[in-house]
Amino acid sequence: MITQALFRALDKKAIWIVAILLVVAIAVPMSNLMLPEGHPLRLPNYAVPLFGKYLTFAMLALALDLVWGYCGILSLGHGAFFAIGGYAMGMYLMRQIGTRGVYANPILPDFMVFLNWKELPWYWYGMDNFWIAMLMVVLVPGLLAFVFGFLAFRSRVTGVYLSIITQAMTYALLLAFFRNDMGFGGNNGLTDFKDILGQSISAPTTRAALFAASAIALAIAVLACSMIVNSKLGKVMVAVRDAESRTRFLGYRVEYVKLFAFVVSAIIAGIAGALYVPQVGIINPSEFDPANSIEVVIWTAVGGRGTIIGPIIGGILVNVGKSYFTGAFPEYWLFALGALFVVTTLFLPKGIVGLIGQYRAATTRREQHDRDAPTPMQVEAGADPQPKPAE
Amino acid sequence: MSEAAEKLGTMLYLDGVSVAFDGFKAINNLSIIVHPAEMLAIIGPNGAGKTTMMDIITGKTRPDDGQVLFDGRTDLTKLDEAAIANLGIGRKFQKPTVFESHTVWDNIEMALKKPRGVFATLFYTADDADIARITEILETVRLIARKDDYAANLSHGQKQWLEIGMLLAQDPKLLLVDEPVAGMTDAETVETAKLLKDIAKTRSVVVVEHDMSFVRELGSRVTCLAEGAVLAEGSLDQVSANPVVIERYLGR
Repeated sequence: MITQALFRALDKKAIWIVAILLVVAIAVPMSNLMLPEGHPLRLPNYAVPLFGKYLTFAMLALALDLVWGYCGILSLGHGAFFAIGGYAMGMYLMRQIGTRGVYANPILPDFMVFLNWKELPWYWYGMDNFWIAMLMVVLVPGLLAFVFGFLAFRSRVTGVYLSIITQAMTYALLLAFFRNDMGFGGNNGLTDFKDILGQSISAPTTRAALFAASAIALAIAVLACSMIVNSKLGKVMVAVRDAESRTRFLGYRVEYVKLFAFVVSAIIAGIAGALYVPQVGIINPSEFDPANSIEVVIWTAVGGRGTIIGPIIGGILVNVGKSYFTGAFPEYWLFALGALFVVTTLFLPKGIVGLIGQYRAATTRREQHDRDAPTPMQVEAGADPQPKPAE
Repeated sequence: MSEAAEKLGTMLYLDGVSVAFDGFKAINNLSIIVHPAEMLAIIGPNGAGKTTMMDIITGKTRPDDGQVLFDGRTDLTKLDEAAIANLGIGRKFQKPTVFESHTVWDNIEMALKKPRGVFATLFYTADDADIARITEILETVRLIARKDDYAANLSHGQKQWLEIGMLLAQDPKLLLVDEPVAGMTDAETVETAKLLKDIAKTRSVVVVEHDMSFVRELGSRVTCLAEGAVLAEGSLDQVSANPVVIERYLGR
């Protein structure tokens, strides 16, 4: 049963995306590690974690697309799940610092020593174990999404009201994580990481491995999302998006369909966040900023929502653009982002992917037209029924 | 016959149902009974409460007062839309509501009577029996040639038929059909009447309709509603000869 469902999910497009990601997962680390310095095809050291970061953003956009593009839930707080996954990874990385911190406390991270804390808060227990930390990366965002989604969807909060409360959720978390007594490093967040799984976090090999892990994680997320949206449940999700109340009258429990999509999406976002943190070297409360979550919506819209490839393209392209813009004309980036969203909304309702589809449809039509030019007229004449004799 | 025995033999039992919206009584002490494998046509002027009555039966609207029983024992006022649909009550809406970004085939597949749970739906694969059943339904509603087209590209009449096909796929015990022939040609109307009469051989069907020739075609028991209550009941001839009905509805 499950394998059957998986096979069905392996439609051509998803296979292509996964294949490209796997090639990238091998090619980028090889180019960086194996080619000699100065070789034209060698990626510089700084580029590897930068590209890795783009992949985690693409994964976040894909997660949002699963709920927004396919199920019609416009979450304006998806950055929260990403940040929570990131914090779980950050806690693990903090515990790996050990005595190499400024205060050389073997157990307590520096900020706790600074705050005069005597012992580790209970929720930091076990976070020095990589696998427990990874479990939390999946569990905490999933649980938050479950509780939040259960309450919201059961009360039939939809549309713009749901969007607003997701904003409120991420904003509340932003304020909470800013507080020093939350035990997550307050304003400064978690940083100064040294090791991951015993490897130096800044070593080129570690960075290459993290890049490969990001590409593979994204490939798995593509497979999972593709499987879901191609299943009957995926069709029901689209049905909920287009005609929620009609779906209820067919006997589907709309709230559970939404809850499933929301929880899966939050877990993917959490994993993306966990891969993001070791590659940028810091996690702080600004990741909960509502503006971040809105940016994710823009990536997804620009790429093309309701498709698997769209959010990936959008997440990467917009962030490449952001890296360039914030370097070249830093003061204009927000204007460019705003303009991008307006242009997308007005002229590209289906994003870049939709544009390609439109172009392809137009060329096919033109080709057909060129090939058998007289046909349309013949068809019209043929379709016109002969006047019937009076009965 | 005692009251309990009277309820037991019914498919749908509405007794003294009332609902008010902002003080306006949309349904006022309405009582209707539908027996198993029986067709009931409901006519009446706009605002008579026909659609509100369907909303109450399907769980969209909660009545302020009165009893709504399905199959003689299940209290529908305590259940939500999904639970009521799964009991075996299917509804066709006045404005045809099909899933436009899905193909005709997928529309029927989603409606097909199968476990509706999230994981059952996720891991569902159509077996041969399902494919045969979907094909059969599409043949019945004459959409088999268009099975791979998006529902959005169907004509109005074809969407009506697709929705009737979705109802059939749900395999309900009771069908609520709201204006099934709006926007259909005369030939399609006759076909629809034939199809509904066929369905009513084994299931209960409640049809709301304005088209009198269609109601005549159905040849079923008729109830005329006005201002949220029953105005007259009987055969179409009896009801349309009723002076009150002529004055309040037909005469207009």
